[in-house]
Amino acid sequence: MNTTIMLFLVQDGITNGAIYALLGLALVLVFAVTRVILIPQGEFVTYGALTYASLAAGQMPGTAKLALALGIGAFVFDLFVARKALHGRLILRSIVANIVLPAIVLALTVYFAAQKPPVAICIALSLVIVAMIGLYLYRIAFQPLAHTSVLVLLIASVGVHLALQGLGLLFFGAEGQRGPAVLSGAFTAGALRFTGQSITVYAITIAFIIGLWLFFGLTLYGKALRATAVNRLGARLAGIRTTLSGQIAFLLASVIGALSGILIVPITTLYYDSGFLIGLKGFVAAIIGGLVSYPLTAVAALVVGIVEAFSSFYASNYKEVIVFMLLIPVLLLRSLAAPAVEEEKD
Amino acid sequence: MQSRLSILIFALVMAAIPFVPGMPPFWIVLLDNIGLAALVAMGLVLLTGVGGLTSFGQAAFVGFGAYTTAVLSTSYGLSPWLTLPLSLVVSGSLAVLLGLITVRLSGHYLPLGTLAWGLGLFYLFSKLEFLGRNDGISAIPPLSIGAFKMLSPGSIYYAIWVAVIVSALLTMNLLDSRTGRAIRALRRGHVAAEAFGVHTPRAKLLVFIHAAVLAGLSGWLYAHLQRAVNPTPFGAQAGIEYLFIAVVGGAGYVWGGVLGAAIVVVLKEVLQSYLPLILPGSGQVETIVFGIMLVALLQLAPGGLWPWFMSFMPERTSGGKPDTSLKLESRTRAAGPSGILLQVEKARKQFGGVAAVNNVSFDVQAREIVALIGPNGAGKSTTFNLITGVLSATSGSISVLGNKVDKAPPQEIVKLGISRTFQHVKLVPDMTVLENVAMGAHLRGHSGPIASMLRLDRADEAKLLAEAARQIERVGLAEQMHQLAGSLSLGQQRIVEIARALCVDPMLLLLDEPAAGLRHMEKQRLATLLRDLRDGGMSVLLVEHDMGFVMNLADRIVVLDFGTKIAEGTPATIKSDPEVIKAYLGVAA
Repeated sequence: MNTTIMLFLVQDGITNGAIYALLGLALVLVFAVTRVILIPQGEFVTYGALTYASLAAGQMPGTAKLALALGIGAFVFDLFVARKALHGRLILRSIVANIVLPAIVLALTVYFAAQKPPVAICIALSLVIVAMIGLYLYRIAFQPLAHTSVLVLLIASVGVHLALQGLGLLFFGAEGQRGPAVLSGAFTAGALRFTGQSITVYAITIAFIIGLWLFFGLTLYGKALRATAVNRLGARLAGIRTTLSGQIAFLLASVIGALSGILIVPITTLYYDSGFLIGLKGFVAAIIGGLVSYPLTAVAALVVGIVEAFSSFYASNYKEVIVFMLLIPVLLLRSLAAPAVEEEKD
Repeated sequence: MQSRLSILIFALVMAAIPFVPGMPPFWIVLLDNIGLAALVAMGLVLLTGVGGLTSFGQAAFVGFGAYTTAVLSTSYGLSPWLTLPLSLVVSGSLAVLLGLITVRLSGHYLPLGTLAWGLGLFYLFSKLEFLGRNDGISAIPPLSIGAFKMLSPGSIYYAIWVAVIVSALLTMNLLDSRTGRAIRALRRGHVAAEAFGVHTPRAKLLVFIHAAVLAGLSGWLYAHLQRAVNPTPFGAQAGIEYLFIAVVGGAGYVWGGVLGAAIVVVLKEVLQSYLPLILPGSGQVETIVFGIMLVALLQLAPGGLWPWFMSFMPERTSGGKPDTSLKLESRTRAAGPSGILLQVEKARKQFGGVAAVNNVSFDVQAREIVALIGPNGAGKSTTFNLITGVLSATSGSISVLGNKVDKAPPQEIVKLGISRTFQHVKLVPDMTVLENVAMGAHLRGHSGPIASMLRLDRADEAKLLAEAARQIERVGLAEQMHQLAGSLSLGQQRIVEIARALCVDPMLLLLDEPAAGLRHMEKQRLATLLRDLRDGGMSVLLVEHDMGFVMNLADRIVVLDFGTKIAEGTPATIKSDPEVIKAYLGVAA
């Protein structure tokens, strides 16, 4: 192999790796705060990507309706939980957050979908739609289970993944879609060609890593989220609303997922069920990062991306085998390096 | 033996089903599928519900079983009955390989790790030439006995359900044994189990192999039912579904696996065949409904359906009292009980910049009650953890009967005859008091997992339970013997811990705040018990905050403050020691 091919593969790997890094970060975030292993992360990716692609193609995405439906569900859950102490302000707030907001977004989507909106509006709408889906999903599926074991949360997560993937087929059909580039144009440096799209991918990934780092290190909400992660009960006693922490985590995760989707859909064709595998590679990175460390996860994601690029060049048949088996030596090293600590379960 | 009777009835009902006139053949196919899924789910019950190890990778083991028999019976023409042990051996030995890596992972790494290798193996199945890549292997010969070929779903039905019922019996036998108690303790963390000699990584590996062999058996049956294999049913989706089956049924119960399999298989079938009639023309509606029902079910019954199902059954009568006339041989002691039992010399434990235990030296003689006291954070519990091998000392030495034990793991320390209780009670709440206490005698029993499954362990087991019952009576909890440990008051749970420690037949008993949460009378009874133990030749080292209790009981007192020993002596001298008064009360200016 010559240097050009190698550089090309590395570049390809880094672009993919950056996406995995974003997803890995989201997974770490959600797990740390809510103990949910977010299998539906992949669906956030496809929903973001395909909503964006549909809008850009002038089609009405079904996800906007889903957001409204889930919002209504969340409203019902809110009412049910507060049934003993209902008062006007609470109901009003819940209506605005869960019904009025998605209704407005739905109206906007219907309005814009008819006239092939510019890229910026497509992105904004897709992000908002998927963000709402993420938020309401937490309210409906996970918040009532917040006190249960990691295993129960994990199974619930699988259930949500199945439902969302089925809905994805319903909304977007079995055919794959591609979206327009977020940033067109390109430049060459030596043998390598950098497209505007790949530069956007790098920039956004780096921005998110720094952003999350600042958010968790410096802001009060960030610290509250970390506190929730360490000790839920303790955080509640200190006056932190743990449900709010969970909502923020899911909001961030769904936005990150949708963004990743929007970033890759111009590069590769995505299908309604592509998200699962993409999300799992983010998992691999997150596991290598130990589900706690953001920088390590980012680095691991780049390694995953590069290994994937090289193995698809040399042994394309075994690409997935190699990527997932990459985990075994990592796990081995981890378990040798850190003897298991006592943990109280249940 | 009420449960045996219910199993017999269940077996008879299952045997009669194919003879019911007018039974649609399709229902038999469904029952076959339920049996296959139940086998895998049963393994997961043991692995996940009981052992606390969540695995997404079970489908891969089903694949190992299925592919082994597929390759051997087609390419090499081996008889399916010959490939059965080979299928089990292949799944079992690959489980050893994967398990060695996986079971050491803690917490959430473990499920994710299994997900990763589950996926990797799925892709491997679909890429390997000799496994037929994506097309798989077809024309697998059917199972046959003589000239009778099990070609129809109705004929292999018996093979499948015999496998299910036999596996369930073996699994239940395993859980109700010495090894089973060790497995059931795994989920509550490893410190308590290891303190009584359980080799936790080995116990975890054991359940891992058990689950894999059951999955391999299911795969072997699957291959001969379908007579063809391809990679699809062994992917991550299937792995997730098996776990789902176990959780729906009730992950803590062997029969929960069977119930879960029945519910999920039937539900999927109903959804697939009836939903299109209600909502025509829309692709994967059954997946959507399935997913939603799953979440709803978890919110309504997070413990699965088996416990709910059982609540309609008549109350199970609790087991009788073990025959306490059976005697367990006492442990062989390293040396006669005289002189210095335990010597701690300049023991130091540093956590980063903090010296939790700072060059502490003291000893415990034979037939002596020594109390370790000091204000909160003085390093008492850390000292305990150093002695019992939970932590290893940064420097200094600890010796038992003259032998250094600084680096010995907890399992070795307990073998020397040092047993302990914990400051934060570490019992298995869903095991009875008797079973919890019998954990203490773990090292004094010998039956392994195979013997337990085949019920060859009964003589050994009866002795262990007799010993446990004797210690429970000794500490005065005979009334509570068959109650669940979690239902006792905290004070009683501490006493149960003492009974468990006594089951080791120790020469030195380490008690971490045994009197906390006890009422006045109970404290007096405890003091009497400890004095009796001392007079019987045992030594006791205890950490305690109740000064009245300590001063009346201890022969000697060691006082720690901020990790450093500040005084040592008889209760009378300690009471008047200015350093001790300063540490406890501060000093008047």
